[in-house]
Amino acid sequence: MPRPQMPHDTPTPFVQTRTGKLLGRHWALFFLLGMMAIFAFTGPGFFEVVNFQNIIHLATISILLAVAETFVIITGGIDLSVGFVMGLSSTLAARIMVTLGSTGMGEPMLIVLGTLAGLLVAFIPGFISGTLVARFKVPPFIATLGMWGICNGITLHLCDGFLPIAGLPSVLPRLGNGYLFYIHKGQSFTLFKKPDYIPDERVRELIRLVPFSFILIAAVVLVFWYILHKSKFGQHTYAIGGNIDAAIRAGIDVDRHLVKIYMLSAFLAGLAGVFNVFQTGIGNYTTFSSMYELFAVAAVVIGGASLLGGKGRIVGSMVGVLVLAVLKNGLAISGVQPFVRYIAVGVLLTLAVIIDQLFPDLF
Amino acid sequence: MNTLVAQRKRNTLGTIGRNWVLVFLVLEFGYFAILTRGFASLNIVQMILFYGTEAFLLATAELFVIITGGIDLSVGYVLGFATVISSKLMVVFASRGLSPLGAIVTSILITLCVGLIPGFVNGVLVAKLRVPPFIATFSMLGVCQGVSELLMQGIPAKNLPPLAGTIGNGHFLYIVPGSGISFMQRPDVARGVRVIEIIPNAVVFALVFIAIFAFILTKTRFGQHIYAIGGNIDAASRAGIDVKKHIIGVYMISSFFASLAGIIYVMKYITGKADAGAASLLDAIAAVVIGGASMFGGSGTVWRTILGCLVIATLETGLRMRGTPTFDKYILVGVILIFTVVIERFFPDFKR
Amino acid sequence: MGYIIETRGITKRFGGLTAVDNVSMGVNAGEVVAILGDNGAGKSTLIKMISGVHKPDEGAILLDGKPMKLESPMDALANGIETIYQDLALAENLNVSSNIFLGREKTKRSLGMFNVLDHEYMQQESRSVLDRLEIEIPSLKNTIRTLSGGQRQAVAISRSIYWQAKVLIMDEPTAALGIAEQKKVLDLVKSLKTQGIGIIIISHQMYDVFEVADRIIVMRRGQNVATRLVSETTPDEIVGLIVGSETVKR
Ligand SMILES: Nc1ncnc2c1ncn2[C@@H]1O[C@H](COP(=O)(O)OP(=O)(O)OP(=O)(O)O)[C@@H](O)[C@H]1O
Ligand SMILES: [Mg+2]
Repeated sequence: MPRPQMPHDTPTPFVQTRTGKLLGRHWALFFLLGMMAIFAFTGPGFFEVVNFQNIIHLATISILLAVAETFVIITGGIDLSVGFVMGLSSTLAARIMVTLGSTGMGEPMLIVLGTLAGLLVAFIPGFISGTLVARFKVPPFIATLGMWGICNGITLHLCDGFLPIAGLPSVLPRLGNGYLFYIHKGQSFTLFKKPDYIPDERVRELIRLVPFSFILIAAVVLVFWYILHKSKFGQHTYAIGGNIDAAIRAGIDVDRHLVKIYMLSAFLAGLAGVFNVFQTGIGNYTTFSSMYELFAVAAVVIGGASLLGGKGRIVGSMVGVLVLAVLKNGLAISGVQPFVRYIAVGVLLTLAVIIDQLFPDLF
Repeated sequence: MNTLVAQRKRNTLGTIGRNWVLVFLVLEFGYFAILTRGFASLNIVQMILFYGTEAFLLATAELFVIITGGIDLSVGYVLGFATVISSKLMVVFASRGLSPLGAIVTSILITLCVGLIPGFVNGVLVAKLRVPPFIATFSMLGVCQGVSELLMQGIPAKNLPPLAGTIGNGHFLYIVPGSGISFMQRPDVARGVRVIEIIPNAVVFALVFIAIFAFILTKTRFGQHIYAIGGNIDAASRAGIDVKKHIIGVYMISSFFASLAGIIYVMKYITGKADAGAASLLDAIAAVVIGGASMFGGSGTVWRTILGCLVIATLETGLRMRGTPTFDKYILVGVILIFTVVIERFFPDFKR
Repeated sequence: MGYIIETRGITKRFGGLTAVDNVSMGVNAGEVVAILGDNGAGKSTLIKMISGVHKPDEGAILLDGKPMKLESPMDALANGIETIYQDLALAENLNVSSNIFLGREKTKRSLGMFNVLDHEYMQQESRSVLDRLEIEIPSLKNTIRTLSGGQRQAVAISRSIYWQAKVLIMDEPTAALGIAEQKKVLDLVKSLKTQGIGIIIISHQMYDVFEVADRIIVMRRGQNVATRLVSETTPDEIVGLIVGSETVKR
């Protein structure tokens, strides 16, 4: 999206100072810490390991989508389709499990096939968006908005209108919401599974640590952090966002690279969709008002990326996701009406960019 | 001689090319008319217009912003905000003893004023604080959603003056064949007597505003300057155009139109809710792009944007009449949207 | 006779970079002053301050000896300072006459209440000013996008000479032009000069400069390093000053 450049671009001198720069560079992190300090007082139970664990577990999807969006935004593009690609993967995975399940196939096989289908299908919209952007020079906004509509329509076909797909293997949510460690204070300690003598209703008595989702998050963040910051692929991603013509002249196959970027983005969206099936135990379509893609973009921008491209970091985006997730959780725990969160997110996001404008060349 | 023929051929092709949306619309309508009995009728055409009204307004809203090279993601929720404000106000004023008409008119006027606020804030953020339009308007989306939900407290407004629905679902002209015509007022006739209804009020209301702003866009300095800003913002500012003021104005026009759409929604469905326009963002942007505007700014016309809206509205009505799932619409709109841009890549002559 | 336009110690910084450093200069009515300097010397930035695009961080700009408040390009235009920018600053999506009148469109009353654009008038006027330049443009209804580099330049020049300017600033006005067109522009500069307009011209073409200018100002790294009367200098000396081998300030 081209942004009107206003005349009289003179940076404010105060930001040139050392403290100014430090604050400016990590303002989102400081903001996150400050927010946590406040919620520690206003929200009972906010400042507890279990709550933090919860915040991150519930933010898994946002984290995956934000990683996806980080890559796309660094190239100067935007992927509006992630939310609906996610819905597509979620419903397709679920639909396949239900359909194959009715043929009497074993559960492990069902789950493997459903998962694979959900992951693989995501490459299709990614490939199409990427091809449109790279080879047909369709603006990313339009190409991915088109895919948004197409994926949404197909998803709604898969779930017969607006009906989440239920009837999946019951082991799914147990996997998706499982923990590495279960501790029954003073009595027992188990790995991967709650002790059998505790019935489901009493599961809250257990101390559960390290959700499985953390493993997924850690793996994804590490791998993609490596790709973005340590590999040639990442280097080229920045080069394209910084100056696409220079990247072409430097011999980078920009077209191919862009196709890969959009496929990568869609793959992560697909992963989020499949995870969603594991987390909820049903196949979910994406509602219009959920706006996953917009929140992912917001997180990435709060994390210091620029929609003009060339700028952004994985760790920054993660801080961005956490800012939004902690805000949501903290406000809820503090008893603030959920609607206030929308307003808070809006105000915060704008502030992020205004602050960012004050510090023009930090990254 | 041959070159002349070739040239004429190219000209015809060029004309078709430049107006391919119109051609497409005609073909689309023809397709549904052939497949669906009763599609090619006055009633269906009016229905397309009636259900498309909010889309026309939202797309016009989006067009102004897109011409400057911006984007307004908030239109859908500004619409929702306007539905909540106006429906609440109507209920309050009516319960305070204002006449139904008085309550409705007052509420509309207040809503239109309040509806300028989101646009003003967007404009200031974009123009003065240099926040990218995408971020500024997404933030505004959240704020509008939050404020509307807070005002609504989960309960859509009820007990609106019934007159609102009468006006909103009424027609401009009623013809009772053989016995007379009546403006705005449904004639009192016995059951079973045929009344031909012509042009829904909502459509008239919307078109009046759209026409006024189409005039502003094409005929006035303000309109000219908006195009200049979208074409080359530096050139515009060096030519002495107050770019910031214009950008603020454009975002205000956008939220004005979104509020109008909200008011029409209330008058049509006699209710207001925060997410009334949640699903319409795609349609609004798609209509503008199908209508040939560039997302990079500097181009686009109201007339073609309305054609873009009609392509979508006809599709929606056509699918509904055929009993196809309406969500097929999303797929088709997505395809048409991409198709539009690809076509213009391959046939630059098609670019207006 | 005092300068018609003058800068006193103006400075412009972009972040850490001082693009224009304490420059004082002036132009008399009916005089052509050339500003020369290497790429990045700060020539464009200097004139952008005079035309109101950038606000100076320090120093003053005087018009007819009186300090002038230049908040925006509008103020400069209102004071009769016209500029042809290096990047031409045309709206490519608009047609020729719309660009010539950009920001100062002629309107007429319609239906007794609306001010609508008077395209017909603007087209006529555009045609006559373009004719003065003798540069061929097939149709004034074509958008700038469809024009050649030289034609664009002609539009940019017409745009600024149409409005009776006191001061005309030209940033590399001949850069995109063919030989014949270059000559036309130089002739135009000479004729505008006889009308008493003060002209600032930036050019890398030494020949142009010696052909039309009365005085030469050399800039290096943002500073005004030398001022020479054309009649008292040679291209060799100027080249030396530009690259920095001669640093004497007379
Ligand atoms: N808007 C801006 N922001 C930051 N730096 C700028 C800006 N405009 C110019 N500069 C810098 O100021 C310096 C002077 O630029 P300027 O355009 O005035 O040079 P110039 O003498 O006109 O060069 P040329 O002959 O190439 O046109 C350059 O180093 C340039 O990079
Ligand atoms: Mg220059």
